Amino acid sequence: MKKTLMAAGLALLATGLAQAADTLTKIKDAAAVTMGVRESSGALSYTLGDGKYAGFHVEICQHVLDDVKKKLGLAKLEVKYQPVTSANRIPLVQNGTVDLECGSTTNTAARQKDTAFAVTTYVEEVRIAVKANSGITNIAQLNGRNVATTTGTTSVQLLRKHERATGVDFKEFFGKDHADSFLLLESGRADAFVMDGQILAGNIAKSKSPADYRIVGEVLSVEPIAIMMRKDDPAFKKVVDDSIMALMKSGEIAKLYDKWFMQPIAPANTKVGLPASEATKLAWAKPNDKPVEDYAKK
Amino acid sequence: MAMDWGVFCKEITSGDQVASCWGSGADVTYLNWLLKAWGWTLSVAALALIVALVVGALVGILRTTPNRKLALFGEVWTELFRNIPLLVQIFLWYHVLPTMFKSLQAIPSFVLVVFALGLFTSARISEQVKAGILSLPKGQRHAGLAVGLTLPQTYRYVLLPMAFRIVIPPLTSESMNIVKNSSVAFAVSIAELTSFYLQAGEETSRNIEMLLAVTVTYFISAFAVNRVMAAVEKRVRVPGMIGGR
Repeated sequence: MKKTLMAAGLALLATGLAQAADTLTKIKDAAAVTMGVRESSGALSYTLGDGKYAGFHVEICQHVLDDVKKKLGLAKLEVKYQPVTSANRIPLVQNGTVDLECGSTTNTAARQKDTAFAVTTYVEEVRIAVKANSGITNIAQLNGRNVATTTGTTSVQLLRKHERATGVDFKEFFGKDHADSFLLLESGRADAFVMDGQILAGNIAKSKSPADYRIVGEVLSVEPIAIMMRKDDPAFKKVVDDSIMALMKSGEIAKLYDKWFMQPIAPANTKVGLPASEATKLAWAKPNDKPVEDYAKK
Repeated sequence: MAMDWGVFCKEITSGDQVASCWGSGADVTYLNWLLKAWGWTLSVAALALIVALVVGALVGILRTTPNRKLALFGEVWTELFRNIPLLVQIFLWYHVLPTMFKSLQAIPSFVLVVFALGLFTSARISEQVKAGILSLPKGQRHAGLAVGLTLPQTYRYVLLPMAFRIVIPPLTSESMNIVKNSSVAFAVSIAELTSFYLQAGEETSRNIEMLLAVTVTYFISAFAVNRVMAAVEKRVRVPGMIGGR
C-alpha cells in the first residue's frame, strides 16, 4: 500500500516537474496560454477595462505567442489574460498560473533565482520632474527641498540610498499614488517628483499645461524591464528570445515603441511622449538578459 | 508560502541582516521603522482624540442649550463633518483649501491630519454627548435652574457629570475608531503604519509578514485604548447610579 502511494506520489511529482519544466508542451496540450498583465503599469501594460489589456509589452507578448503558435503548428491558440500585481507576479509564474508575464518587472539578480527573464525590451530610467520655471536642473539642488515620490515604489528606497551616499537631505513627501504625487508637484507643495521616466512623462502629458513641467537632471537609476517566465525552461526561453530578437533586428520594436510611447493611446487618447532612451536603444541593439545589478556597475 | 520573519532584522537601505535586529547609529532595521511608524500612528490618534473630545463635547453641549442660534451652529457643524467621507475631508484640507488660502500650505501635514481626523470624529462625539444630555430627565435641568444656578452652572454641576458617565461606552468605540481611522493619514504623507506596510512590503517583497505585523500593532493599540477607557469607566462610577453598584 505504502509503495503504491509512494509510486503514485513520485509519478505525480514527475508530471508536476515535467509540466513546470516544459511550457511548450503544456501550451501545445492545452492549446491555450496564460499571459500575466498589469492593471496600470503606464504604457507598458495596462487595462482598457472590460478584461481587455494593452500596452507595449502586451503587444510584444502577443507577437511572441503568435510565433509560439506557428512553431507548435497549432491551428488555434487561446490567449488568457491574468492580471497580476507586484506582490503576486513571481508566485503565479512559478506555480504555472501564468506562462508569460508581460508587465513592468525589473530584471534583478534576486528574481533570477526564482524566474527567468527574456531579453530586456525596455530600460526604465528614474528621473526628476520639476516645474519648468523652478530653475532646478540637477539632484544636488534638491538638498533641503521638498521632494515627492509615491508610497510603495522603489524610488523611495532610491532616495534614501542617495541621501546616505551623498549626505544631501530631502524633505520627502509621499503621495498615495502617482496622480497624488504629481498633485504635490502641481500644487507647489513639492519642488520635484522623483519617479520612473515613463510615469513622469505620462503624468505631465495628462496635466493641465504640460509646458509648465520639465524632466531634468541625471538618471538616478537604470532598471532593465523584461518579460518574465518560468526558470529552467531553455526551450521556451529560446522561442521567446528569438521572437523578440527578430523584432529588434527588423526594427519592428522601435515602431511598436513609437506606437505606445509617442502616439496617442487608448483609452484617453493622450500621449506619453517619452522618446526611447539611449539605454533602451542599446538593449535593442545588443539583446541581453542582464539583471539591474549589471547596469549599476557601469 | 513560508514566512520569513528575519526580514524585520534587515537594514532598510543596504538590505544587510543586522544581528541584534536593532539598528544603531545611521542603521535602521525594518523593526525600528515599524516601531517608528507605530509612534506616528499613536501620535496622530492621540492628538486627534484630544481635538475630537474637546470640540465634540463643546458642540454637543451647544446643541442642547436653549439658545437657538448656538444649537443651530452645533447642528450644522455636526452634519457638515458627519456627512463627508473621512478620506474626502483629508483631501479637502490637504489639497483643496490650500489652493484657496495660500497660508494653509505652510501648515505641516501632520497638523492638518490631526485636525481633519479630530473634527471628523468631533461630529460623532457631539452626537453622543447630545444624546447623553438628552437622556437625562428634563426635571434635572429645571431643578438646577430653580435652585438659582446659572445655565453654565447647571451644566457643570448637574447635567454633565451624569451625561459624561452615560456616554463613556460609545466614547470608547470612538476612541478605538480614531486609532484605526488614523490609517488614512498615509494618504497625506504621514509615515504611519499603513504607509510602512505599503513601502516595506514593496521593498522586501514580504507583504504578508509586513501586513500581519501591522495588523497586530493596530490591534494592540486599539485594545489598549479599550482597556484604558474601561478603567476610566470603573474609576468614575457612582454607586447607585448608571452602571454603579
